[in-house]
Amino acid sequence: MWDWPAHRIHRALAAGEVSAVEVATAVLDRCDAAEGLIGAYVHRRERAEVLADAAAVDEALRRREPLQPLGGVPVAIKDNLSTTGMPTTCGSRILAGYVPPYDAAVVERLVGQGAVALGKTNMDEFAMGSSTEHSATGPTRNPWDLERVPGGSSGGSAAAVAAGTATLALGSDTGGSIRQPAAFCGVVGLKPTYGRVSRYGLVAYASSLDQVGPLCRDVRDAALVLGAIAGGDRRDATAHPGALPDYESALRPDCRGLRLGVPREFLAEGVAPEVRAAVAAAVDLLGELGAEVEECSLPTVSYALDAYYVIAPAEASSNLARYDGVRYGLRAGGGGDYAGVFARTRGEGFGPEVRRRIMLGTYALSAGYYDQYYGKAQRARTLLCREFDAALARYDALVTPTTPTPAFGLREKTADPLQMYMSDVCTVPVNLVGLPALSLPCGFVSGLPVGLQLIGRAFDEETVLRIGYAYEQAADLGRRRPPVAAMGAGA
Amino acid sequence: MSAGEGAAAVAGRYETVIGLEVHVELATKSKMFCGCPTDFGAPPNTQVCPVCLALPGALPVPNEQAITYALRASLSLECRIDPGCRWDRKNYHYPDLPKGYQITQYARPLAREGCLRFTAADGQERSVRIRRLHMEEDTGKSTHEGMPGGTTGVDLNRAGVPLIEIVSEPDLRSPEDARLYLQALRTLLLYTGVSDVRMEEGSLRCDANVSLRPEGSEEFGALVEVKNMNSFRSVQRALEYEAARQAAALDAGERIVRETRHWDERRGITFSSRSKEEAHDYRYFPEPDLGPSALSEGFIEAVRAGLPELPAARLARYAALGLTPYDAGVLVADPPLADYFDRMLAAGAAPREGVALLTVELLGRLNAAGVAISDPRCRVRPEQLADLQRLVGAGTISGKVAKTVLEEMLASGEDAQTVVARQGLQQISDTGAIAKAVAEAVAAHPQSAADYRAGKRQALGFLVGQVMKATRGKANPSLVNQLLEDALREG
Repeated sequence: MWDWPAHRIHRALAAGEVSAVEVATAVLDRCDAAEGLIGAYVHRRERAEVLADAAAVDEALRRREPLQPLGGVPVAIKDNLSTTGMPTTCGSRILAGYVPPYDAAVVERLVGQGAVALGKTNMDEFAMGSSTEHSATGPTRNPWDLERVPGGSSGGSAAAVAAGTATLALGSDTGGSIRQPAAFCGVVGLKPTYGRVSRYGLVAYASSLDQVGPLCRDVRDAALVLGAIAGGDRRDATAHPGALPDYESALRPDCRGLRLGVPREFLAEGVAPEVRAAVAAAVDLLGELGAEVEECSLPTVSYALDAYYVIAPAEASSNLARYDGVRYGLRAGGGGDYAGVFARTRGEGFGPEVRRRIMLGTYALSAGYYDQYYGKAQRARTLLCREFDAALARYDALVTPTTPTPAFGLREKTADPLQMYMSDVCTVPVNLVGLPALSLPCGFVSGLPVGLQLIGRAFDEETVLRIGYAYEQAADLGRRRPPVAAMGAGA
Repeated sequence: MSAGEGAAAVAGRYETVIGLEVHVELATKSKMFCGCPTDFGAPPNTQVCPVCLALPGALPVPNEQAITYALRASLSLECRIDPGCRWDRKNYHYPDLPKGYQITQYARPLAREGCLRFTAADGQERSVRIRRLHMEEDTGKSTHEGMPGGTTGVDLNRAGVPLIEIVSEPDLRSPEDARLYLQALRTLLLYTGVSDVRMEEGSLRCDANVSLRPEGSEEFGALVEVKNMNSFRSVQRALEYEAARQAAALDAGERIVRETRHWDERRGITFSSRSKEEAHDYRYFPEPDLGPSALSEGFIEAVRAGLPELPAARLARYAALGLTPYDAGVLVADPPLADYFDRMLAAGAAPREGVALLTVELLGRLNAAGVAISDPRCRVRPEQLADLQRLVGAGTISGKVAKTVLEEMLASGEDAQTVVARQGLQQISDTGAIAKAVAEAVAAHPQSAADYRAGKRQALGFLVGQVMKATRGKANPSLVNQLLEDALREG
């Protein structure tokens, strides 16, 4: 049961074949067995609390109350989403012990639907990183190879879903932080359109790029979760208030009538030949499913990473200014004046990658450098938007690899930030243009999963979900489980 | 050197050039970006929420009422409105700035290029150009009061209260004009109803930029910013001092340094402050949590149509009614008083006589009792005061009796007619009745009559008093005079 997708749990609960307590127990047992190897969680709720929530779902079912799509589904929550009953530390020392007095909008919506929260998942500090190694509590390991990283920054969420220690998980994606770990861990990850899901309660890294989304077992689950968390929110001025489609009913087993573009810049040098081959095979399969496939070009994409590493740190330098030790979180000891306590608190509280990005961003916004860096990066962003708009006027979606390589080794890239940043070269452009993108497994290289990225039009998550679903059904990779799945798996 | 001596030192040789930056707290019920109340004087940190405490993950949502108020102020200052105005972040660290940045408008303010007309010290109408008007949020307050030794308390009740900043061009040419401009601005804002504009409570704050240049020069001198002026009077005093200080420095062959100086009210001087602002680079950039505004033409026009009659128009209207500039000025500077007067006019009061009854008689008594004109304890309604004026105008009662009647009206809340009828205060204009009283007075005071006839004119006054006393003040004074003179001449 611990490896069931949410829609299967839903069917079984609705049919009375299992109880929510049985499902929760299976996943909790799985956690106990595998968590020591994986380290996906930074905080786990007490077993009794989890089971009490599950029992409440069973009780509602006995009262014949309608079962919501995610009712009784065990979920994990990335540690940068505010949660009232649990600490929210963003993988940082500076927020050690901070328990928010309010729930993030997405948490409110999931829990409101009866989803059963298991705990908070590990992440790169303040979502800055691509390996979950930049966490104050230590790294998370990839269930497919414990000596490799799960990707990041939502590495804990991806690893939990892959290892079966959560049925699904929430993550956040600023430059690929849902899609890249989803690709590395062989699960499905969706970054919705910017504005599709409320950011209220998501601890900001780069506000114009951040978006909350699901990491799931399959595409149907991604559709279910999106339906549960999407929609306007009067507490987030950037959340789009429009009516929502029924994402699940958009799923179809074919791609007939769809035009797909394959931008060559995403397959340039730096992309491993095996990844290129896996993507080429996936593109062929999409053609067989009825899609009209064409190569295309987005030349400005080659500037995306540069623009991103100006804009994201610039926003971060401002977003992270609030951690001053005055109101919550860490306050450095030793007394003294505000400036002294402020500096020591931040020096002790932030890790090296966060400090690096704060300094980069502060510099990029400084008088005399603004036009040269931030202004120029914004102009590149505008050009990139135009190119994607033009491409998506011609195609219903774009197909690319999610990452240039499969999961890399632990500590392989920590000494070289630029190498680490390259890992997001295929995902970052999508955040800059705010479009929705789905990552799903499209094969294996040396036993490691490879991710396929589908990029859609703004607020048209339906199309990428539909393509992803058709591909998933036809490719039938779903039965393959990570080796860690065998461990402690008595059932 | 006193400010007065200084003014003399400046006069004739240097021209004083002044521009003002005025911050005004808007009188909205809730804060600029959250729903917290804005009430003044609540216990520290009781009017706060995740947004204005800058908890991780909280997001700003603009207050529509604040935007409407800011727009009203902009339109009343005849500004050009930017419908696509935008929010920016102003970054700096200070304990009372919880986010580490202030949300303000930098590159695209709500309004530009307005003007404010006012009557200058020389009695001439002057127009000062408004460079820009933008919206922003207030900071919290740091306090040392009641805090253990050496520590600072932070009260965030004020953090996030909506402000507008109104920046004038350097069009003012004397400290007195600066004060008059500020008072005219205050009156205008009172009219628009967007703020209490109380300098003492800090809902109106003023900084000044002042420089000198030789008379006849076109070039501006080095600019000095003067801060910490807490009343209209201190604005004038501080600027007089500062102009004189600069004149003395220039006379001594010194260069004026561009700097910020603080006004010390007690010592009556400005002193140089190496303030945090000077060394600061605010690293402004567009606020990513808020999109650009899209103020519709319809919305702007609806706000414009909702503007009340503004002070300039009201002054012109009163002048046309024959009021003296002084009386008109007194009324217009006090909107509730002018509203009261307008209701008197509507009830048929004669303008010039009505204004005297209002500003001298009624207001004098209310001021003595410490009651405001708009206070319900002022029991005389404008329509009742108009009736009283009409009784005087029609000769039904004398001006002297009117004062007695007004006292009674204030005490009982009764109409003028009721008081006059009950107390039998109708003026006696019946020649026969007055002649009888005159005869009696002359007969009773033969010495006074003789004195008068002997050329002592002041004896008449005594006899008039006797007649008025006998008629309980009701006799028509001019008839009494006339009949007495006749009687004494005949006798």
